[in-house]
Amino acid sequence: MIHYFIGNLGHFFVITSFITALVSFFSYFKASVVQEIDKKEGWLLNGRIGFYVHAAAVLGIVVTLFIIIKNHYFEYHYAYSHSDKKLPTHYLISTFWNGQEGSFLLWMSWHAVLGIVIIITNKFWEGPVMTVFTAVQAFLGSMILGVVIPGLEMKFGSSPFILLRDAMPDPIFTVQPDFIPRDGAGLNPLLQNYWMVIHPPTLFLGFAATLVPFSFCIAGLWLKRYREWVRPALPWSLFAGAVLGLGILMGGYWAYETLNFGGYWNWDPVENAVYVPWLILVASIHTMITYKNSETALKASIILVIAVFILILYSTFLTRSGVLGDASVHSFTDLGLSGQLLLYMLFFMVAAIALAIVRWKEIPSSEKEISTYSREFWIFIGATVLCLMGFQVLVPTSFPAWNQLIESFGGVSNLALPGDQVEYFSKFQLWFAIAVGLLSAVGQFFWWKKIDRKELANQLFVPFVMATVGTVIIVNIARVYHVGYVLLLLAGLFTVFSNGKILLSVLKSNPALSGGAIAHIGVGLMLVGILFSSGYSKVVSLNNTGMLISRQLSDEFNRENLLLFVHEPREMAGYEIEYIGERLEPRHKSGYIKKSDIEYTDDPYTVIAKKDITFRDKLLYKAGERFEISTENTFYEIEFRKNGKVVFVQYPRLQVNPRFGNMASPDINRKATLDLYTYVSAPMMEEAKDDWSEPEELTLRRTAQFFANDYVATIENISRIYELAGQQIDSSFVAIKTEVLVRGEKQDYVAEPVLIIGTQSRGGIIPGVIPELGLKISLMNVHPETDELTLNIFTRQKDWVVIKALEKPFVNVLWIGTVVLMTGFGLAMYRRFREFSLMKAKGQE
Amino acid sequence: MKKSHIFIIVVIAVAVAIIVSSTNDASTYVTFTEAYQMASSGKSKSIHVVGDLKKNSSGKVIGIEPGEDKVSFSFIMVDEGGKEQKVFYNQPMPQDFTRSEKVVVVGSYKGEDFYAEKILLKCPSKYQEQSLNAGV
Repeated sequence: MIHYFIGNLGHFFVITSFITALVSFFSYFKASVVQEIDKKEGWLLNGRIGFYVHAAAVLGIVVTLFIIIKNHYFEYHYAYSHSDKKLPTHYLISTFWNGQEGSFLLWMSWHAVLGIVIIITNKFWEGPVMTVFTAVQAFLGSMILGVVIPGLEMKFGSSPFILLRDAMPDPIFTVQPDFIPRDGAGLNPLLQNYWMVIHPPTLFLGFAATLVPFSFCIAGLWLKRYREWVRPALPWSLFAGAVLGLGILMGGYWAYETLNFGGYWNWDPVENAVYVPWLILVASIHTMITYKNSETALKASIILVIAVFILILYSTFLTRSGVLGDASVHSFTDLGLSGQLLLYMLFFMVAAIALAIVRWKEIPSSEKEISTYSREFWIFIGATVLCLMGFQVLVPTSFPAWNQLIESFGGVSNLALPGDQVEYFSKFQLWFAIAVGLLSAVGQFFWWKKIDRKELANQLFVPFVMATVGTVIIVNIARVYHVGYVLLLLAGLFTVFSNGKILLSVLKSNPALSGGAIAHIGVGLMLVGILFSSGYSKVVSLNNTGMLISRQLSDEFNRENLLLFVHEPREMAGYEIEYIGERLEPRHKSGYIKKSDIEYTDDPYTVIAKKDITFRDKLLYKAGERFEISTENTFYEIEFRKNGKVVFVQYPRLQVNPRFGNMASPDINRKATLDLYTYVSAPMMEEAKDDWSEPEELTLRRTAQFFANDYVATIENISRIYELAGQQIDSSFVAIKTEVLVRGEKQDYVAEPVLIIGTQSRGGIIPGVIPELGLKISLMNVHPETDELTLNIFTRQKDWVVIKALEKPFVNVLWIGTVVLMTGFGLAMYRRFREFSLMKAKGQE
Repeated sequence: MKKSHIFIIVVIAVAVAIIVSSTNDASTYVTFTEAYQMASSGKSKSIHVVGDLKKNSSGKVIGIEPGEDKVSFSFIMVDEGGKEQKVFYNQPMPQDFTRSEKVVVVGSYKGEDFYAEKILLKCPSKYQEQSLNAGV
């Protein structure tokens, strides 16, 4: 039965949220322009009630959509396309923002929350700021409206509450309009990762937070409060900087753990689209702080704050309109919203720029020439470097949009991102990063002291010497002499040491002001961490055997990958490593299971334990127990030993999914100083596993010993069985099972071939396979008269896997640096928010 | 000249340098014929070619051949000018390959064969099925 009510309710909430956003917008607009106090209060109250109802409606949408997903109402397109019955609850939550509609909804929800905070914390600014806020909400709300305007045939938005039969013109719906699929299509297994539960909400909170300074800035320009908007906006810029930065890094960490491109950052257009606004946001924070202290850089702050929000809209447009289609592996699809997204971006871009131009002459600016030894000068240089750094990424990332623009005017443009994006962007960004490092080291000194040339040299001497010594030592240990890398290391260390010195003196005088120094130490650590983990990263899976893995593969592949056969140890990275075999993962317990220990059933996810299954001396399942496995994941157990003792075991993963294809994920052995990053670069595919030799026929006595693929084998037992894979065998058949024990290098294996004999020569042969030894044994015949039996022995190559492994030293410095940077942001935010609160208490805001 | 003017000139100069260097370093979308001419005239820069997988009359993808030891593969691609070209890829088949509506290969010619360094796929709707499948 189709649950119509819940969908209609959801749709009702969607329309309510859109209309209340408009009502609230109109009221707040009126409240900001009318002069009479009592009318103003009335409009403000209207606007506030409108926004609260709007927020409640957004909450309603969220709850309704979640009920649909949680209860598996697959008659709804959203639930069908993004989830299935097997997903555990926390991944049902990520289902929520897997689709575009859901991610718009997530974005809207954060806006609703932040809007309420603004209403509570502001008095004077409530009206104008919320006018901008509600306008943005109305645009976002229209993205999920899913309303077709009759007559015009124009579709507004894409609703998450659309029924499957309306979304997919499948013939079954004409025959059976009430048809409901039994299970959903499922969530992309790559996204079934805890980072994907928290990364999107963090990133969207960052997106949402950039709206706040933008709204204050527009409100300031609109009401001609050119100076006053900076104070309330600044803590929000810092908040946005921290959250967006954290969100970006979380995405990077997910990529590091899940994707196998060997790092956390790939310079993919989708990543660049959030990296650029973040850089500009950080630049805007710097100019705003400069303005707060010296009344300069107000115009620059206005330009940058507007630019950040426009870039956020632009990145939304790039990633969701389908423009990037040919350029990005992430390839988002066009839901038919590109026109609407373009309108959204252009509206705010044109409105904001027009307002700024109209007011430009009136904006106060200081005319005095700034001195080269003033802090304003150096901070301004820093902000400029950050902007250029972003610009360098923005230009090539915009190629696809540029091509489309030219084509829409009838021209021809076929620019594409350079083939090797990582190399291309790193080449430029490296030098910007060096500049950022040096400037954050030097700039901070100007910040705290009005100093001249001599004093500066005195102050910087110790940190610079420490950084130089550190660089010399590290370069000599690591033996990486690339000029850019050496300078980046120097710049990073210099920042850490000089800001460390400042931190010490600030802590003595006024610890509340330490946010800046801490944030810059974080930046220094991040630069060093990035350098170590990528610049000093090295391939350790070197093929020293002198034999090619495959002639069809490139020389580089043959040189940098290791072919491992089961139980044939190799040397790698100072360890003796040995491939043990393919493993599977149970759904509800942690551990890894041998493929040979389980028997499959009709349901691909349910298996039966053939014997007691243990993992690391813990009993997981008793013989005969039924349990569920994740069939799409195969793990490759690889032991790392030193002096004969197992130091650790890695389980790199390969995901084979008919719907989403193959994906290798690494296993990472983390030590404080070094990550060992291993992934499967070429697995043994099923075709190769079925590549058996011609059989060798053996007729043996039932207790005989024989050789199979050079292993010693004995027939242990022969018996009649009455059940097969949990199924009763029909009494017209006789089934005979032999147990053949094969002694491998490490352990014994048992193959259990079965022969089924029926009347009129019907029957079957079920071979016993030991993939680890490349051995298949079939029972062909039994001869009770001579007490003999006939076996067919098939052989193939033993199981193998090709791996690539990298050593990444000190990745932890990057993660620690991130945390330090966020702490710095947090402290600065707290300080700026207190300033704002104190002023508000005095009736200034 | 005021210091701020010099500053502005420097910033503009860097911005222009960035734009120029980006367009110079940019790869381009071309057809196989153009790519072949570029390669024979000695330009080894890797380029992008957009096209479809070769399909038979019933819409099934044809021409995919696994390498001898099943770790690499080759396929036949038809570019936008209709030219068919065998493309070699030194890695196992990527996600969603046969489902893709459009394929972008990044690479270059070596002799008569096109070697892809990277394959980008454009699927009709990456995370959405076009028709109902299992469980029906």
